[in-house]
Amino acid sequence: MKRLLTLFLLVIPGLVWASEHAHLDQVNIDLTDKPSLQRGARLFVNYCLSCHSARYMRYNRMGRDLGLTDKQVIDNLMFAAEKVGEQMKVAMPADDAAKWFGAAPPDLTLEARLRGPDWIYTYLRTFYLDPSRPFGVNNLVFPSVGMPHVLWQLQGWQKPVYKTIEHAGHKEKVIEKLELVSPGQLSPAKYDAAVRDLVNFMTYMAEPIKLKRTALGVRVLIFLAVFTVLSYLMKKEYWKDVH
Amino acid sequence: MAAERSDKWQGGLLGWIDARFPLSSMWNDHLAKYYAPKNFNFWYFFGSLALLVLVIQILTGIFLAMNYKPDAAKAFASVEYIMRDVDWGWLIRYMHSTGASAFFIVVYLHMFRGLMYGSFRKPRELIWIFGMFIYLALMAEAFFGYLLPWGQMSYWGAQVITSLFGAIPVVGDDLSLWIRGDYVISDATLNRFFAFHIIAVPLVLLVLVVVHLLALHEVGSNNPDGIEIKKNKDENGIPKDGIPFHPYYTVKDIVGVGVFLMFFSAVIFFVPDGGGYFLEKPNFEPANPLKTPEHIAPVWYFTPFYAMLRAVPSKFGGVLIMFGAIVILFFLPWLDRSPVKSIRYKGPLSKIALTLFVLSFGMLAYLGMNPPSPVRTLLAQIGTVIYFLFFLAMPIYSKMDSTKPVPERVTK
Repeated sequence: MKRLLTLFLLVIPGLVWASEHAHLDQVNIDLTDKPSLQRGARLFVNYCLSCHSARYMRYNRMGRDLGLTDKQVIDNLMFAAEKVGEQMKVAMPADDAAKWFGAAPPDLTLEARLRGPDWIYTYLRTFYLDPSRPFGVNNLVFPSVGMPHVLWQLQGWQKPVYKTIEHAGHKEKVIEKLELVSPGQLSPAKYDAAVRDLVNFMTYMAEPIKLKRTALGVRVLIFLAVFTVLSYLMKKEYWKDVH
Repeated sequence: MAAERSDKWQGGLLGWIDARFPLSSMWNDHLAKYYAPKNFNFWYFFGSLALLVLVIQILTGIFLAMNYKPDAAKAFASVEYIMRDVDWGWLIRYMHSTGASAFFIVVYLHMFRGLMYGSFRKPRELIWIFGMFIYLALMAEAFFGYLLPWGQMSYWGAQVITSLFGAIPVVGDDLSLWIRGDYVISDATLNRFFAFHIIAVPLVLLVLVVVHLLALHEVGSNNPDGIEIKKNKDENGIPKDGIPFHPYYTVKDIVGVGVFLMFFSAVIFFVPDGGGYFLEKPNFEPANPLKTPEHIAPVWYFTPFYAMLRAVPSKFGGVLIMFGAIVILFFLPWLDRSPVKSIRYKGPLSKIALTLFVLSFGMLAYLGMNPPSPVRTLLAQIGTVIYFLFFLAMPIYSKMDSTKPVPERVTK
């Protein structure tokens, strides 16, 4: 059922039902896809890191895990730090940020574990024009969000298409889908791919050890299986004389 | 020649120690000549596994404490420091967080074993009572420990639980203020919870475990048939159905350890958040006293009691019911009036009662995880009534119930 729904949502891009808990589009996370993680890191430092910190993540750790040298990291990804061993902090003072946006932009290191990759993937693709909001945009999965549509240059602008439904006896106007009204630098398919890279990177960042953890887990389980079989044989040997 | 000399030296050393410390006699009393019934089944693994998890928690806890900072401004970041910058810190932390849930799984199964086979019945009342104190200490330990990562759910969970004391008439507000050391959960609370979590409660826990085992070894273990093996002894005074704990049950328990560690490792390495049950999602956000989460739920092992708390319309009534649900467990040895101990020889009434009890406990656990609704509250009330009836009606149904004849000797 869930797969069917996902398929449905993939076939008709941009079609998201607005409800109390909006349906989330599924994102294909692949932490072994280094080029995708590198592209995601580039998007992250260019578009997210100016307001959001990732204060538990170190630049050099990111570089090592993504297959980049320290020099590559310093030249391409490090704008707001002096040393490559530093954490990905943000220059904007939290008090000012709270004044400008209504709330200080949260740290994003663990965002993928807090909300889930699917949520971020859907969130970044469902900004739509709403003149009633301070930054002129609203969001389908995070209604009344204080964040502007930072990726508008890439995606372009979307406007909501409404429909009327019967809900508990009275008619209600809800958003049926979003429609691209002014295209950005990327086609919708390319934009989705770019957001996927970004979410892939954020998933890596939320738990950098994940790949090593699962790889080690396989070996640990093999060892324990052998250990358990041997200990069972030992138990059988000892228990031969219990009648 | 060389071998002879070294044997003599070893015997000499052991003799030297034995003259000064009861090493050999302790070894014999508790392992090599402690005779346990030979018919232990699957359910008897969980005692030794609980001990294993306790050791895992203490060892991993020591290493966590080396890098953790019990400071409201630093706690959350220090946990991420452990996860990212400390060598093997992620493994130690996942072992500890998974160990907390594993402890409760193992202890719940261990307690269920006791319920099934009447392990709390005379002469084992004190084993049960010490065990209940262990359970109580474990809940305190888990509660204090859960605040330490200083995530949103840590913070608000602790806020909800400490405010429960405020429901007590007259002294309530002062009491919760005294527990927290502040009007809300704060740095002061974090510091004292840290002290309780890493020294006060673990000390109590260790003493209780020793006392629990001493009481067990004094009267001897029960078994799935619920009969006393000490009634049938051979000419040497050894129970005919008993086998030395070491080596027979040590080698058997090692198999249990292997199987347990496979499940434990599967969680640690592949689903360390336990699907959101062992590490809750809102806890990946630092505690924010100004932002109440949409839905506050305790970790899964407390949810049955949380469901009971919410099932009662009055807050103080709910608190009484919740604590009553634990207190009543202490009286179990005097509530069961059946002439037999084990469920194997009890009649349908006892079997139905135990089944309903387990189902209601599971249902309450589910309800406690989810936000309340009128239907869910009604179900929680039904579950609470069944939970209490299991105990309160036990003197009646256990006496009325038919029984099967109990064999003289243990069965396979």
